[in-house]
Order: sequence, then C-alpha cells, then structure tokens
Amino acid sequence: MSQEIRGAEVVIKCLIAEGTHTVFGYPGGAIMPIYDAMYDYKDTFKHILVRHEQGGIHAAQGLARSSRTVGVCFATSGPGATNLVTGLADAMIDSTPLVCITGQVASHLLGTDAFQETDVIGITMPVTKWSIQITKASDIQAAIAKAFYIAKSGRPGPVLIDITKDAQFGMTSFDYKFCTEIRSYNPMPTLKVDALKEAATLINSAKKPYLVIGQGILLSNAEKELLAFVEKSGIPVASTLLGLGAFSPDHNLYAGYLGMHGNYGPNIKTNECDVLIAIGMRFDDRVTGDLSRYAKQAKVIHIDIDKSELNKNVPAEIAIHSDAKGALTELTKWVDAKSHDAWLQEFKDCDKIEHDMVINDAVNPTSNELKMAEVMNKLSEKTKGNSIVVTDVGQHQMITSRYYKYKKHIGNITSGGLGTMGFALPAAIGAKVGAPSEEVIAIIGDGGFQMTIQELGTIMQSKIGVKIIVLNNNFLGMVRQWQELFFEKRYSGTDIENPDFVAIAKGYGIESAKVSVRENLDSALDAMLNHKGAYFLEVVVEQEENVFPMIETGAAVSDIRLN
Amino acid sequence: MEKTYNISVFTENSIGMLSRISLIFTRRHVNIESISASPSELEGIHRYTIVVNVTEEQVEKLVGQIEKQIEVLKAFFHLDDEVVYQEMALYKIPTSMFSSDGNTEKILREHNARVLTIETEFTIVEKTGHSEDIKNLFDALKQINLLEFVSSGRVAISKPMKTLEKHLEELKTIN
Repeated sequence: MSQEIRGAEVVIKCLIAEGTHTVFGYPGGAIMPIYDAMYDYKDTFKHILVRHEQGGIHAAQGLARSSRTVGVCFATSGPGATNLVTGLADAMIDSTPLVCITGQVASHLLGTDAFQETDVIGITMPVTKWSIQITKASDIQAAIAKAFYIAKSGRPGPVLIDITKDAQFGMTSFDYKFCTEIRSYNPMPTLKVDALKEAATLINSAKKPYLVIGQGILLSNAEKELLAFVEKSGIPVASTLLGLGAFSPDHNLYAGYLGMHGNYGPNIKTNECDVLIAIGMRFDDRVTGDLSRYAKQAKVIHIDIDKSELNKNVPAEIAIHSDAKGALTELTKWVDAKSHDAWLQEFKDCDKIEHDMVINDAVNPTSNELKMAEVMNKLSEKTKGNSIVVTDVGQHQMITSRYYKYKKHIGNITSGGLGTMGFALPAAIGAKVGAPSEEVIAIIGDGGFQMTIQELGTIMQSKIGVKIIVLNNNFLGMVRQWQELFFEKRYSGTDIENPDFVAIAKGYGIESAKVSVRENLDSALDAMLNHKGAYFLEVVVEQEENVFPMIETGAAVSDIRLN
Repeated sequence: MEKTYNISVFTENSIGMLSRISLIFTRRHVNIESISASPSELEGIHRYTIVVNVTEEQVEKLVGQIEKQIEVLKAFFHLDDEVVYQEMALYKIPTSMFSSDGNTEKILREHNARVLTIETEFTIVEKTGHSEDIKNLFDALKQINLLEFVSSGRVAISKPMKTLEKHLEELKTIN
C-alpha cells in the first residue's frame, strides 16, 4: 500500500499521468485544496490564470484543437461552474475533448443552498458527454481515468467532474490505471467491410460523385487517408466549416467550402451530383439549407462515428457507422482509379462565376473603405495559409473561412455548431499554448471581442504570443446583414458604440495598432506578423458590408445567392 | 403518424441516469406518458420502460440519442402489440362503502380487483392491467366514493426472444 495523499493531490497526479501539463482555471473556495496541491507541482504542471471561467474553458478548447489532446480546465463551485456552461455546450456540439474539473461544497452541504453551491451536474448534463460527482477521495482516480477515455474516444466531447471539498481533502492511495474499456460504451465500431465494399461499388458506378467532409477527418487523423482516397477516385471534395484544413485548398480536386456562406460550386453541385459521399460531417442546417430540397437526386453514402447522426437529417442509401480513418483506408482499396474531368470542370466553371461576381471585387475592392475579404486575403497570402487562425462568430468568421487558405490541419479553430461569440480570444490563447511554435492569429469582430475582452489580461500575465485582429465595422454585422436583407433595414440593437480598442490593449501592455486605410494595410499586417509576442491590430472596415454568396434560411443549397 | 411506443432502456445503475435519459425527451419537446425503472435480471443493470406517443422517425431518433449516453447499454422500441405490458393501481375507498352500497363488492369482482387491506376507516384495493382496465375501475369507484388513487407507470417486456445478455455479448465482441 503506497502512502496516502490528499484527493486534491491525486487530481494533479492523475492529470500529469494523462499527459496534461497545462490547465486553464480560476480559483475559488470549493476548489482551494486542488490549487493548494498544485503549488507543489509548479515545475511540471502549469496553471494559466484566466480572467473568467468561460475564458478558461474556451482556452482549453483551443488547446485541445491545436494540440489534438484533451483540454483541461478548473473552476470553483457555483458561479465558477455555471460560467463553464457555454464552453461545454460549444465543445459538445463541436466534438472537442475536454475534462473540466469543478470544485463543489463539502458533501454534507449538498442540497442545502450552501454558499456557492449549485447543481452543476444537473445544469451541465445536456451539454456534457459524461459527468460525475465525486464525494470520496478514493473515487477520484477512477473517475479521471474514465473521463479522459470518454472525452477523447469515439466522437470526442466534454466531460465534467465535480469534486466535493471533503473529497479533495480526504486521504487516499495513488495507483493510477488508465481506462481502456467501459462495457456500456463502444467508441470504435468494427469496420463494416461489406458495407464499405457496397459503398465502393456505388461510387465506382457514379458519373458525378461528390465528397463532402467534416471535422471527423481531423478528429480521426485521417488527412492522409482522405488524400489517398480522393486522388485515387478523382472525386471533387468540399469541406464544412469545421473540416477546413483537412484537405489542401490548393489541390486540384478541392471544390471549396460548403454551407450558408460557402462557395458557389460546392453548394450548387450538391443538388446535381449522383452519389454524395459524406464523411465525418453531420448535415448541419447551415450546410444543407432546406432538407427537403437537399441532394434529393443523389444516392447518399454517410460515414460517421456517431451512430445517432446516421439518417438523422439526411436519409442515407448506405449508412456506415465507422470512424473516418478506417473507412477511408478500406474504401480506397475498393474504389476504381478514375478521373472525372468533365464533372470537375463544372466545379471550376462555378468557381469562375464566383470569382467574377464576388471574389475579385471582394479582394481587390475599389471602395474607399477596407473590406473584410481583402484583409483576410492579404493575411492568407502573407502567412501562406500556414497560421492557426482562430475565429469568433459572425461576418468576420464567414469571411475568414472563405478567404483564408488553411494549409495546416490544425489551422482552423472556430466555434461552428454553437456559434459562440467571445470564443476566439480565449481559444486563441489555448491554441498558442497547445502549439507554441505555430503562429496563432485570432480574427474577431468588434462585438465578439467585447464578450471576452478581459482575457487580454491572461495574454499579458502569461505572455501568450497571440496575434489579434479585430475587424471593426461598428456593427453587430451578421445580424445587421440579416436586418438589411430580411427585416427591411430596421437596424434594431445592432449598432454598437465601441471603446478605444487600441488604448485598451495598450492598457494590458499589448503592442497595438489601428489601420483604416488601404495604403497602410500591408505595413500594418507586416508589423503585426513581424512582432514577437502578442500584438493587437484593429482594422476599421466598411460598416455595411454583406457576406455573399448566401443561402437564405429555408432556401435550397442550389438557390445560393451571389449578391 | 403518431403511435404509442414502448421504449426499453438498459443502463448502469448510476446517479443521474434518469435525468440524462429524461432530458433527451425534454430537449425534443416530447412528453413522456409514463416511465418506470427497476433492476433487471442482470445484476447492476437497471431497466426503464418509457411510453411515448410519437412518430416512428421520432422514436428512432430518441432511441439513438438514448443509446449514445455513455452508461446506457442498450435501448429498444416496440409498438404495443410487440410487447406484453402491465400497470398497477391502488384505490382507497371508505370501508363503509361495502355496507352502504351494495354494488361495491360486485364492482371489485367484475374488475378482478384485489383487496390488500381493510382498516376501520378505509380499504385499499389493487388492480393490475392495461390502463383502460385501471381507468374503468377508477370510473366505477369514483361514482360511489373514491378517496385516493395512484397508478404505476407501464412496465413492458418485448415478445421477441433475444435476451439482453445476448445483446451484451454482441457489444463485447464489437469491443
């Protein structure tokens, strides 16, 4: 029997055993024993103090996505824990592996309305993949082992462990065992070779096959397998928002970006292909538009690791419950080596239309004011698409997804499913910590920036070398765009009076600049990119710029508007 | 078209399972008509019977989401004619009813109800059956004098012979 240690120390030792060396957190009464235990592990276990628990969990998300490991954050009971909810919901819908540890009042106080007591398990249940409350020190290690296993396996997601203060203080022995199996949980389904062969036969018979991919490619590290499959089969491939980065935008077979503000061809052709192969994506409504008019002519092959996604939104001719990597490896064996030149040309023709009608003007505008697209296009060129770009939510996000040419598999970090404004700044902090040698650039709107602006303090204190670009149009731009298009320009609650962002960033000791004229854009971006360490750049852009193309809500993908 | 579906769920016996399962219905704006939980024939595994009136598409998605929960071993859904099901109800009536109303004994006989206890003041009657049977006895007693009434959720066992153990074995081989 090894020597007994406090439950709080067990927490730290378990995290180290799982390979976690950095956590984001904010202390408070109910998690103090864990913070105390951490004091003795300063050399091997780093804690980054955030300025708000929401910042902590978004940072953990950023770290998880840039490092492809499990992100970890700490929060205290009550308000500390409730502040995690947005991040949990975000990680749940975007399949981000997280282990969140919250302190809880002592077990004898549970349910008594004690100070800072709240039903964290109850509140977070719908937005966690799994959660558990621990009231005994001896239960901590098994729970943490299980938490990591659940968070990262299958379709990844956030897990929450709520540990009462007495469990943190309690004494127990430490003998860590990794969790490798849970009888009620099957994260890696067996490869259905017959179904995959059947899928390959269907693909081989297709005249206009079309592949749409999502984050599942990235989550199962299937980028190479994807490339091999695409190159052998000669099938054009398009990506969802979260799949950007999985396939090189320079590749001849890359068709573009799907969805509401995606590229013209990828959307139009969805309703013209004869076989639609969807891998690691979930047919989100922002991708499909009106489901009753989505790819009705096509035979659909849907491959996903989450069984409940199959036949959920789009009925599949062949639905295969599998991870992307295994399925692609197998499929590649059975598909014929082919090229679909005429079909591919149709995408290229659409691409030309989009360039003529949207892109050329957007990246080389003649207007006086700067346009978001030209900024992102320039940034993409200057960084050669090699940065990790973390976006917030709104117009700037859609513009970045359209104009930044993500070359790195870990290059695209954004809040996709939940659409969480305030995500980017803290997520960029986490992304930089998770991939310190990469250039991490947060692109944020003036609205979202102010939702988690306090994390500039984290950047200052922990010397996080992130670059921050705020595209400032003095509007909550995406909602304004909708008001313009669908609510007769009745701009209700969307004009926003902003502070002096540069002065604020300077107040946090962050090198800052502001640019509002085209002549200075190049030098401003260069100054930012050449600066070592954190840098803030405000770019004043046209106030009422709209993002096009656009599939209006309720429209079919093929009804995508170019202007 | 909406039909009555019997959802059977087999879970680990851990804190919060009922919440996790019921939240799936809440989120999709589906009302649970009845729910009951008890140990199953396998030690440590609990079994739920949940009755909902939904479309087939809805029930498929509900069961998909239920099965997705980490501590759910397996979930099934069946139509009424694919299961044997039963409910139980208790009725409290004044004991004096037997002497004041000549019909009481007849009603209990006709409905095949059972007297559990007779106290000076009241008598407790038990009836098991389908909800219509329980409702019929309720209506009959209500007309005379019904003091209290309570009924259980439905419990159901499916007719197909595949046992849970078989499903668990399959789960294991998949793993």
